[in-house]
Amino acid sequence: MTSVPLLDVQDLRVTLNTPRGPAEALRGLSFTLRRGETLGLIGESGCGKSMTALALIGLLPDGARASGALRFEGRELLGQPEADWCRLRGNRLAMVFQEPMTALNPLHPIGRQIAEPLRLHKGLDARAARAEALRLLQRVQLPQAEKRLDAYPHQLSGGQRQRVVIAIALACGPDLLIADEPTTALDVTIQREVLDLIAQLVAEDGMALLLISHDLGVMAETVQRMLVMYGGQGVESGPTDAVFSQLAHPYTRGLFAARPRLGLRAQGAAQNGRRGHRLATIPGRVPELVDLPAGCGFADRCTLAQDACRAAPPPPTEVAPGHAARCIRLDAAAAPEPSGPGAGPLPSRPAMPVGDSPTTPSDEGQA
Amino acid sequence: MTPLLQVRDLARHYTLPREHLLAAAPVVPALQGVSFMLQAGHSLGVVGESGSGKSTLARLVMALEAPSAGSVCFDGQDLAALDARALRRARAGFQMVFQDPFGSLDPRQSVGRIVAEPLAAQGGTRRAEQRERAGAVLDAVGLRAADVDKYAHEFSGGQRQRIAIARALVTEPRLIVADEPVSALDVSVQAQVLNLMQDLQDRLGVTYLFISHDLAVVDLVCDEVIVLYQGRVVEQGSPETLFNAAAHPYTRALMDAVPRAAPGARRRPRAAPVPLLSAPQGCAFAPRCAWRQPACLQAPPALRVLGTGHQAACHVAEAVLAGSAHDTAESLSP
Repeated sequence: MTSVPLLDVQDLRVTLNTPRGPAEALRGLSFTLRRGETLGLIGESGCGKSMTALALIGLLPDGARASGALRFEGRELLGQPEADWCRLRGNRLAMVFQEPMTALNPLHPIGRQIAEPLRLHKGLDARAARAEALRLLQRVQLPQAEKRLDAYPHQLSGGQRQRVVIAIALACGPDLLIADEPTTALDVTIQREVLDLIAQLVAEDGMALLLISHDLGVMAETVQRMLVMYGGQGVESGPTDAVFSQLAHPYTRGLFAARPRLGLRAQGAAQNGRRGHRLATIPGRVPELVDLPAGCGFADRCTLAQDACRAAPPPPTEVAPGHAARCIRLDAAAAPEPSGPGAGPLPSRPAMPVGDSPTTPSDEGQA
Repeated sequence: MTPLLQVRDLARHYTLPREHLLAAAPVVPALQGVSFMLQAGHSLGVVGESGSGKSTLARLVMALEAPSAGSVCFDGQDLAALDARALRRARAGFQMVFQDPFGSLDPRQSVGRIVAEPLAAQGGTRRAEQRERAGAVLDAVGLRAADVDKYAHEFSGGQRQRIAIARALVTEPRLIVADEPVSALDVSVQAQVLNLMQDLQDRLGVTYLFISHDLAVVDLVCDEVIVLYQGRVVEQGSPETLFNAAAHPYTRALMDAVPRAAPGARRRPRAAPVPLLSAPQGCAFAPRCAWRQPACLQAPPALRVLGTGHQAACHVAEAVLAGSAHDTAESLSP
């Protein structure tokens, strides 16, 4: 194992030009990823998850300015010429996109689309590339792979298309696989199969996986470490099990509490004798990137916020070794935890003290 | 008491373009033999994967398409029997909320016109009155009456879905068909919209036909659930029954596939995939089923009653309920 991590992101900042002025889409994001590790980025729309992925493969939108450090095997990627990006992209860094229909070209047979990176990066001739494409299709367990080489994307189902997208990503044996919401467009049973496939391939090839998702369940089952993002920053990071059992940051806690879970309705009926159950909501809404507050980005929606939270951005505070949260009120956030921070078995259902606003439906705020 | 919505033996077939000049045109049965009743003020959830017929059911209930067989009775009236004028009048009673709050709102119309459009289509109301009613329903869904002059792009995803709900409410319908109303929303926003929908039901007594692929959402909102698989109802019951004691292997497969957000949830061992068999005359789920028996490949199972308000279409429902016989499929595999 080398001492240089495969991917080292330090204080990554991305500024976009918008009609309303410059917007900071990423505000000092830092994380590292070693070969063979799996890391999940979780957050809601606008938190910067996908912008992170775009920065990592050098596809930021026009006019975006990136600063900080983005090192791949110790080599700085930010500011490298486009030709160098082209050598890396699809070769050492590969990406699986959310929507398998738009990620594939409808006019080319899938065999040709899988062969494209092989011919570009590995210099294979048409016949060798086709043979390799067949092997890849078999590897992603597409049924009747030989017949399907000449099929067009519209002849495949959503799950099958996503397998083809994964085959393209794997074609050159990448060191880092970035999967941006790879299963969001799929049914749950297909989602399960695709996640199992990704996990299996990552384990077999020893590549690193950066999984981007808004689904807490997908994270819990797929990645070793996770990074919760909010307002362009990582607000909590740590081993997946530790993050789930502690829910240290108030935002992580709110996200967890707002998620409908099987059995909630029965609980609600038992508690208040009426059918249905009000979900805990996070008051307010995601701040606009153009006018992010000076202090903690979550302060305006946080029930624990104090003046100090709004004064300066909170630094990462260690919760446990390898587990940190950007919050200066961690003690207060942890207080309602029933079973204390001591050792022992993890509490299965952590307490959720997040604002459960009682009656008004207007907790989303006004435009 | 007559149910607000009664669906009897509903079927819808789609004819595809023929593959050869002389070949018969292939027919896809999108929905077959679906029956249910929905009482006023209650919520019925429809779950299933893509292609299961959920959206076809919504379109038939909304009378956007005519059924190939069977009937949809709204408030005692068969919708297919109404002439165009009567149907237009009847439409005030049932309205729809679509999945995508970005695609379902016209970007060039003011929110007031979008919300009042069902009233304009009904006729008989003046502009000023339409505007006033639009403002009132916007207020009811937690927006401001003054928002009528804004445009959809000025709102966030959750607010847009509130506008879509306001549009559905403006004719004071008794039934709202909601097709994946929260699937495109973020978790925290989804919670707000689900709370709003439950509040509106408490306050106005609206009835929901709630279509979703998310079992937890359906469990939260609905009084009864039907599970669709390839156009047929495979299981029906209260959410408590279905999600605690599912009798159909497909319902169980759906629940097993939901990722759990809990520490240590990683990588649950999964049953080995069942070898696929084609069984054109048997149960539609048999090719994927871990409980498969020889009988399942012979004849399609009918819906049968397993308990109070609980039905499933499975030959081996009792074994599934008992949770046993999970390994019988192995003895069958070639």
